[in-house]
Amino acid sequence: MNLIVQFRRDLLIAAAALVVLVAIGLGIEHAWPRDFLTAIFAAGLLAMSLNMLIGYTGLVSFGHAAFFALGGYIFGLLLQSQAFTGAMGAASVPLALVAAVVGTGLYAVVIGAICVRLTEIYFAFLTLAFQMFLYSVILSWVDLTGGDQGLMGGIPRPEFLGIDLGDQYHRYVFCAVLFVVCVMIMRIMTESPFGYTLRMIRDNATRAAFLGVNVTRVKLICFVVSSSIAAVGGVILALFTSGAYPEWAFWAQSGEAIFMIMLGGLNVFLGPILGAVALRILNDVVQMYTSHTEIVIGLVIMFVVLGLRRGILDFVKDWWVEKQQARLAAENRNGREG
Amino acid sequence: MIDFDALAACLSTSACLVNQATSGLIIGMLLFLVASGVTLIFGVLHVINFAHGSFYMIGAYFAYTTYVLTGNYFLAALVGAVGAGICGILFERLIISRVYGQNLLMQLLVCYAFILIVDDLVKIIWGAEYLAMGIPAEFRLPPLRFAGGFVPPFYLFLVGIAVFIGVGSVLLVTKTRFGKIVRAAALNAPMVSALGIRVNVYFALLFGFGCALAGVAGALAAPVRSLTPGMGLGILVESFIVTVIGGMGSIPGAFLAAIILGLTRSIGSVGFPLFVDGAMFMIMALVLIFRPTGLLGQGAVR
Repeated sequence: MNLIVQFRRDLLIAAAALVVLVAIGLGIEHAWPRDFLTAIFAAGLLAMSLNMLIGYTGLVSFGHAAFFALGGYIFGLLLQSQAFTGAMGAASVPLALVAAVVGTGLYAVVIGAICVRLTEIYFAFLTLAFQMFLYSVILSWVDLTGGDQGLMGGIPRPEFLGIDLGDQYHRYVFCAVLFVVCVMIMRIMTESPFGYTLRMIRDNATRAAFLGVNVTRVKLICFVVSSSIAAVGGVILALFTSGAYPEWAFWAQSGEAIFMIMLGGLNVFLGPILGAVALRILNDVVQMYTSHTEIVIGLVIMFVVLGLRRGILDFVKDWWVEKQQARLAAENRNGREG
Repeated sequence: MIDFDALAACLSTSACLVNQATSGLIIGMLLFLVASGVTLIFGVLHVINFAHGSFYMIGAYFAYTTYVLTGNYFLAALVGAVGAGICGILFERLIISRVYGQNLLMQLLVCYAFILIVDDLVKIIWGAEYLAMGIPAEFRLPPLRFAGGFVPPFYLFLVGIAVFIGVGSVLLVTKTRFGKIVRAAALNAPMVSALGIRVNVYFALLFGFGCALAGVAGALAAPVRSLTPGMGLGILVESFIVTVIGGMGSIPGAFLAAIILGLTRSIGSVGFPLFVDGAMFMIMALVLIFRPTGLLGQGAVR
């Protein structure tokens, strides 16, 4: 109850955003906006959950896509298993979703327990190493995962509660709801005292420890939650593509997610989503002109990192703050004169 | 999952043992060269070169082309090393030096961008297909017999060069004037610069030297591995594992860890082919839990 009162503004915004998203999806007959937005939901959850680690906690992970892929694979594999869908019947999809989130969370507990204690640099390259480990497992365990072909043959989606995920409208609304709920969970986490503990650890872990914060435990909780949310992103993409592919666990996927955060804005909550949209559009536009997208994207990254040094929303935020300050200064002057 | 019969059969015959040990040793030596570059650069500049694998790839492709053009493998290896070193110096001056001391995110991103660009350039110049160089003409000699096993002469050359370079780089850092200046600059760069030494030049040279080590590894690997854009990432991840096991900043540690991993790989491919990667990560996890500074490292990692 308390939570609803405290976050009523954010909840209203979230509800309004959901209404808009659903209206776009259902109101436009053409499939393009739905496909575009569903891809953004998946990439956005990956980038936003990663930003909980990078932006809020100062844990620079280079292997976050592993959890994204793991979520997609668990979800897809469970629904492809006839034993599972046979036993669970109509409850298959929700249960597979829960299993994907919890399963990924448990995997993240193991990886996180090894990694979060380490210094920044060790953390970055161990997360990368564990991601490549998962990638090589996916590639070499052909019987289970289909190797480099990915999960083939589509993912069956038994109907539940009148929701038929085979239908593109149902699927879109389902993904939109998942997305908004996850974003809201992250909003509540980052704006709660827990979120401010994360920021304190980022700014000065030693001081946090002196104040009685169990730094390792808080970092681990954040790591696990953000990995589970990345898994939801993987589930959305698995639903969307009706499969799961090893590239999701490739290091480039993590690099892309990091760049989305940088591009959108490091210090703004919704920055990573804007970054996901911008990168997606950039990719599509570049692909129209050349097949060598990687060079162009690489040069853009260099330009943003070395030239601008900030993301889009960081500029907007700075501009906004400057404007506010100018207005306050002007009011002060007027006040004195009057 | 583990085929004990095959493992026991291999370990009990000296021929198989020799073969696996030599192939383990060459995997280990390549890893050692790449990892010692990573560890050297980190030790002085306190940056992790996430693009180090690209210099391995650059070395391999440069060597390939030189060999195709001239037919001289020694020249090819030299071009691979020097080419990677020059690319490394350019990369340091133009890109990495702008993010020294900035947060890790920026360093990661520029390396990510560099890898994307280099991989795509390689695709444009050499094509996306696998290239194979084959054992160079200089080394097409009958294999040496040793305790029932066969050892190709090229393998001996590879191990010899790697050990020579390893010893050389330790001496370079500990005994020479260059090494002393670089180590002093690592501790207190403004002070060294106040003594009239151009610190930036030394940093760039050291970075280039580290990249040249990766280039040598690539050039040495070209005859025994296939070349492909993106070949750098696999060895990068493995060289990270080597640095973690051996201890960050320690070249002897990297040597020890690289041999351990090489042998795990080659013997594992007989006994547990599907679990080779798993075994490497298990060794790394155990080291991190019980000896987080690495086998021979001193620096704190926590």
